[in-house]
Amino acid sequence: MSNATTPDRPNPAVLVLEDGRRYEGRAYGSVGQTLGEIVFATGMTGYQETLTDPSYAGQVVLMTAPHIGNTGANDEDMESRRIWVSGFVVREPARIASNFRSTRSLDDDLENGGVVGISGIDTRAITRHIRSAGAMRSGIFSGDRFTLSDGEQLELVRSGAGMRGRNLSDEVSTVEPFSIPAQGERIGSVAVLDLGVKTSTLNHLAARGFEVLVLPQSVTAEHVLSLNPSALFFSNGPGDPAASDLHVDLLQAVLRAGLPYFGICFGNQLLGRALGFRTYKLPFGHRGINQPVLDKTTGRVEITSQNHGFAVDMPIEGVHESRTGFGRVEVSHYSLNDQVVEGIRCLDIPAFSVQYHPESAAGPHDAEYLFDRFRDVVVANRAAAGAGDAK
Amino acid sequence: MPKRDDINSVLVIGSGPIVIGQACEFDYSGTQACRVLRAEGVRVILVNSNPATIMTDPDFADATYIEPITPEILETIIAKERPDAILPTLGGQTALNAAIALHERGILEKYDVELIGASFDAIQKGEDRQIFKQLVLDAGAGVARSYIAHTVEEAVGFAGDLGYPLVVRPSFTMGGLGSGFAYTETELRRIVGDGLHQSPTSEVLLEESILGWKEYELEMMRDTADNTVVVCSIENVDPVGVHTGDSITVAPALTLTDREYQKLRDISIDIIRAVGVDTGGCNIQFAINPADGRIIVIEMNPRVSRSSALASKATGFPIAKIAAKLALGYRLDEIPNDITGVTPASFEPTLDYVVVKVPRFAFEKFPAADRRLTTTMKSVGEAMAIGRSFASALQKALRSLEKRDSSFHWGAEPRTVEELLTVAEVPTDGRIVTVQQALRRGATIDQVFEATKIDPWFIDQIVLINEIADQIAAAERLDTDILRTAKDHGFSDAQIGALRGFGEADVRTVRHILGVRPVFKTVDTCAGEFPALTPYHYSSYDQETEVVPSDRRKVVILGSGPNRIGQGVEFDYSCVHASFALSEAGYETIMINCNPETVSTDYDTSDRLYFEPLTLEDVLEVIHAESQSGELVGVVVQLGGQTALGLAKGLEAEGIPILGTTPEAIDLAEERGLFSGILDQAGLLAPRNGVATDYAGAVVVAEEIGYPVLVRPSYVLGGRGMEIVYDSASLADYFTRMAGQGIIGPSHPLLVDRFLDDAIEIDVDAIYDGTELYIGGVMEHIEEAGIHSGDSSCTLPPVTLGRAEIDRVREATLGIARGIGVRGLLNVQFAIGAGVLYVLEANPRASRTVPFVAKALGITLAKAAALIMVGTTIAELKAEGKLPLIDGSRVPMDAPVAVKEAVLPFNRFRTPEGLVVDSVLGPEMRSTGEVMGIDRDFPRAFAKSQLAAYGGIPLTGTVFVSVSDRDKRAIILPMLRLQQLGYSITATEGTAEVLQRNGIRAGIVIKFSEKADEEDVSIVELIRREEVHIVINTPGGRTARADGYEIRAAAVAADLPLFTTIAELSAAVASIDAIRGGFEVTSLQEYALTRTAAL
Repeated sequence: MSNATTPDRPNPAVLVLEDGRRYEGRAYGSVGQTLGEIVFATGMTGYQETLTDPSYAGQVVLMTAPHIGNTGANDEDMESRRIWVSGFVVREPARIASNFRSTRSLDDDLENGGVVGISGIDTRAITRHIRSAGAMRSGIFSGDRFTLSDGEQLELVRSGAGMRGRNLSDEVSTVEPFSIPAQGERIGSVAVLDLGVKTSTLNHLAARGFEVLVLPQSVTAEHVLSLNPSALFFSNGPGDPAASDLHVDLLQAVLRAGLPYFGICFGNQLLGRALGFRTYKLPFGHRGINQPVLDKTTGRVEITSQNHGFAVDMPIEGVHESRTGFGRVEVSHYSLNDQVVEGIRCLDIPAFSVQYHPESAAGPHDAEYLFDRFRDVVVANRAAAGAGDAK
Repeated sequence: MPKRDDINSVLVIGSGPIVIGQACEFDYSGTQACRVLRAEGVRVILVNSNPATIMTDPDFADATYIEPITPEILETIIAKERPDAILPTLGGQTALNAAIALHERGILEKYDVELIGASFDAIQKGEDRQIFKQLVLDAGAGVARSYIAHTVEEAVGFAGDLGYPLVVRPSFTMGGLGSGFAYTETELRRIVGDGLHQSPTSEVLLEESILGWKEYELEMMRDTADNTVVVCSIENVDPVGVHTGDSITVAPALTLTDREYQKLRDISIDIIRAVGVDTGGCNIQFAINPADGRIIVIEMNPRVSRSSALASKATGFPIAKIAAKLALGYRLDEIPNDITGVTPASFEPTLDYVVVKVPRFAFEKFPAADRRLTTTMKSVGEAMAIGRSFASALQKALRSLEKRDSSFHWGAEPRTVEELLTVAEVPTDGRIVTVQQALRRGATIDQVFEATKIDPWFIDQIVLINEIADQIAAAERLDTDILRTAKDHGFSDAQIGALRGFGEADVRTVRHILGVRPVFKTVDTCAGEFPALTPYHYSSYDQETEVVPSDRRKVVILGSGPNRIGQGVEFDYSCVHASFALSEAGYETIMINCNPETVSTDYDTSDRLYFEPLTLEDVLEVIHAESQSGELVGVVVQLGGQTALGLAKGLEAEGIPILGTTPEAIDLAEERGLFSGILDQAGLLAPRNGVATDYAGAVVVAEEIGYPVLVRPSYVLGGRGMEIVYDSASLADYFTRMAGQGIIGPSHPLLVDRFLDDAIEIDVDAIYDGTELYIGGVMEHIEEAGIHSGDSSCTLPPVTLGRAEIDRVREATLGIARGIGVRGLLNVQFAIGAGVLYVLEANPRASRTVPFVAKALGITLAKAAALIMVGTTIAELKAEGKLPLIDGSRVPMDAPVAVKEAVLPFNRFRTPEGLVVDSVLGPEMRSTGEVMGIDRDFPRAFAKSQLAAYGGIPLTGTVFVSVSDRDKRAIILPMLRLQQLGYSITATEGTAEVLQRNGIRAGIVIKFSEKADEEDVSIVELIRREEVHIVINTPGGRTARADGYEIRAAAVAADLPLFTTIAELSAAVASIDAIRGGFEVTSLQEYALTRTAAL
């Protein structure tokens, strides 16, 4: 499958897929070797946000947009403290950065972050292959590692970890808890379980009047409840939700305590599991900022930012009974492209979640109202609780 | 909400003639709309005065009215058809303005018709600058800061706040009169001083300058459920100061972070909501300060636009089609995405390629025009290219322009960096090449940015292209590596050859031996996320091709490339018709074209679409890719104008079958000597003529055949370089002017013909299958001979030719068709002078009048020609009902008369001093478009054509008349009638004398040449002062001709009706009664019924 080998091409690199396909191009970012599940992201803007989104940990990300790096990099657009992708595949890296906010080039960040990448290859051919064959393990080899034999490289790729059954929360979560003060009028506090949370999410919560308590993924339900938060939030994050039993246990315990809950992405899958539903792996996932989602309540379409390879298995029509005793549940949002569940809402407890990214970054701001909805749920819940106390 | 059930019939308003700023993109959008509405079971009533369009094909609507788009005519149509709704958002500003007029005159209310697509309120909010500005501010977005000043001192004070340069716009003046940029206080004082004087309200608007800011445009769609999507972002490579239509633009935007892009998106959604567009699309333009990211909203269009067409082609998201569905009440999520078939239209397309659009200008037609690009659009067409990188898309787009020096080159460049940068500071046609040369000579990115304000990222891409050029030149040999690198950056074989010192064909041979060929990717709206059902392809030197093998019989149709004067929508009409006919006949049709405005580049038109430059290299590669499966029957080259025809020889040399008339036969018509032989054989006469390759030779020929002579270069379209020359001095001047254009030389000789004064010109469109000739139409020009057929008005059927003359024309056409060996279309131009029939020229290809013939007589020549090219006979076509049994040379007496009138762009162009350019009609074509008037007789049809072209003949006022001696007798009756009709008459002395003696009162005014000093008031001044309302001027000898030119220039500048022949004048006079009685309207379908009944 590879192009005619061109030994005198400068800085050669190769992308190897677990099915044996090879794509030769030029080294990009750091030189060396990297392994990970290859996925494609279709956003035309927001490469910096994508790279620094912890949900991409363990993945080799291919950008379908051909020109990457044009606007350089800056501190504002970091969605976490570092780049998380295992590898980066682009067609045309920028030679210069041009933007008034740019403080450095993307190449600087990739090299400093030790991100091994590859450029100058037929990214569309790979995308089409993943689309039909599904997401799979892959590796990028450059520098010394480029000279390994095809067989050795393939062996390495196949020895890599797949995404199914993998728990990556520990790798991306904060080690120490930290808090962010509420902006404006404080309406309460929200405990955020950091499964790979993005800066924009925390900013949105704080902007809605929450004092944000960011907790390591390893905390216990007891600890969460001991902080006496007004609500619980589970963030996005990498890995297979089926491999996160402890987080499911924690969520169930907190839900039983009656705390309002909002979850995004991984947090949606975990709510699904907490309610007794199964999750499953999508063939190649949804990764882009143009994904149409229908809000069943309003009948309106939101153009959303998405990044998920797993989804909750629940019929999109009708009201269902939680198999774990949390009452009635319904699908609130679903994908108009392929009818995958994109949001669930509990009808008997104050809990809801969405599979996509209302904080966007990168992506359209259509779904920011969900943060307002969360605030309203928390305020209403407190009022109800207060009314209960008064009796 | 699903489709509304209360809309059963819709009136669609088209955009009228092609003019600069409003071209065939509205044929594309209108055609899509008509198709969608009919597929939804809606009765479609269409009105458009432009016969060259595909939308006015009677197959696309239930009732097609080729009528002037005026409120009166629209009311007549509404009263007759009683539509439930009017869709005015797909016909450009013309349709929107018509809708506003219908609303304001209460016609909508009177007939209970609803505007769909955009409400009157939404149109108002989007169009009224003051309302819009407030709405932008309410949305929390910025507008350019501005002040109103009433005195110079006040203005100077405001300038302190706004900073220099700033924009001065006098209030309530027309067409930007008196506006300008002030860079210093001195300039400000001068411009404001003038502006206050010119403004009727003595006020000027001072606005902060945003020159040099980055410019963007977002294409939006919104439905009744408030679902809003951005279809496409477009970034202008040329910064603010150059009209978007004249800018090189790129999609998607390439130099925005997500944060900035989402800000534009948020603002756009707020604006579209506030304006209230909820059943269609709009575009919003932004300026961004590159230094700090400050955003200013420039304007919005609450309708489908030129950019929408570009965005549709760039993304695969058919905006006009979706807009039409939204107008019927559908929501975006109820409409499927055609390309994937499974996902809805409520999404935002994402691109895994880069699209570059480049404008095509026609300054060579207007040598006196100011070539500086400004906020007034001047380009006449555009080409678009798709590539997997900006560099490749840009290079493909530049070569798609088919213009000398439009592509990057690395030959001798004598200018210094400083000189080049100075040139690049002023935006002009071809600035991008100047930038490339400057960089090549060592200018830095910073220097180029300072000079042009083009974003450094784009400049760096040109640096990259120069670096690759260096690598190509320096490579030891042309191996796979260097060829792939070159191709990946968009280099053509010709460019590589030039860098290596050998020919294009040699590069291609080496490349093919090495197996370096492009693959073809698909435009799929989703960057490969979902499989695409539509084969809409572009080339790239990547790894995987997506061309699906097919075992069908294939025909490749070559389109006509970017619109230019002389080659526009008419050719697209023919290509599209050929595609339809061949598809219906069972062939797989493959369209190649690079013009984003057209119907031919709609993925719905042909079985397969390749969006590629129309160069030999690019076409050969498509043919190669398609030859990997099925059977290539051949290539259609005779419908895409000179662009496609010019490729015939090269394709044939590569062994590609050419359908229809062979390249050798084409040569017979083009080559003067060979063509003379054909005429001799057929016993036909041409005006005395000869050929020359230089000035000396031309003088010899001219003196032998006698002045005046008509000179024209061979192998050009639209009469480029065609002029009437009266003496050897003028001939010398002609050669000086043509010298730089490379259109005359040993391989391209100059044709020199005796010019036939006072002859009637006739145009014939016909088809020939090898045995039988079928005349589409015999068109009689209304103007004198000597005016390019594209610029003159003509009538079909002819109104002054006798049957015997028509028979002679038919016989002559047959002789020529036989002699050349035509298989398919043939256009012949004749002149009848003093009873003698002369053949002026013959072109074995589609002509501009093919669609006119189809609309006027219902004879669809392009479809028939396409079938003849694949072997069908005329007899078979008649038997199958695809051609009427009686051809267009015999039109029944009671058939309607159709008049075609040209629309000219002189008003768009000013000299650097701000004067109107020389607007004389001549043998070189300058019109951008045409209209048709059709009615039961010539005067009525003529009146409609005038109404459609420029608003019609004024019903009162002053008529100026000045005619040559030979016409003096003929004007008496028409002038008498004009006087009876209440017009006052002014004439030059000689004409006035004749009129007075015949009892017609006429004032006297001097000729321009009789002016003794500045104080004298000649006719030219009278026209400029708007004291004359109709101009009649027939040219006589040479000096009279010069005076006539002055009169015409003034008349055109003042937008006055101008009559240059007695035939036209008589028609006009007769038509005045018709106008006063009001017009009746008849649809093409009704005419067709009458024709069928008559048979």
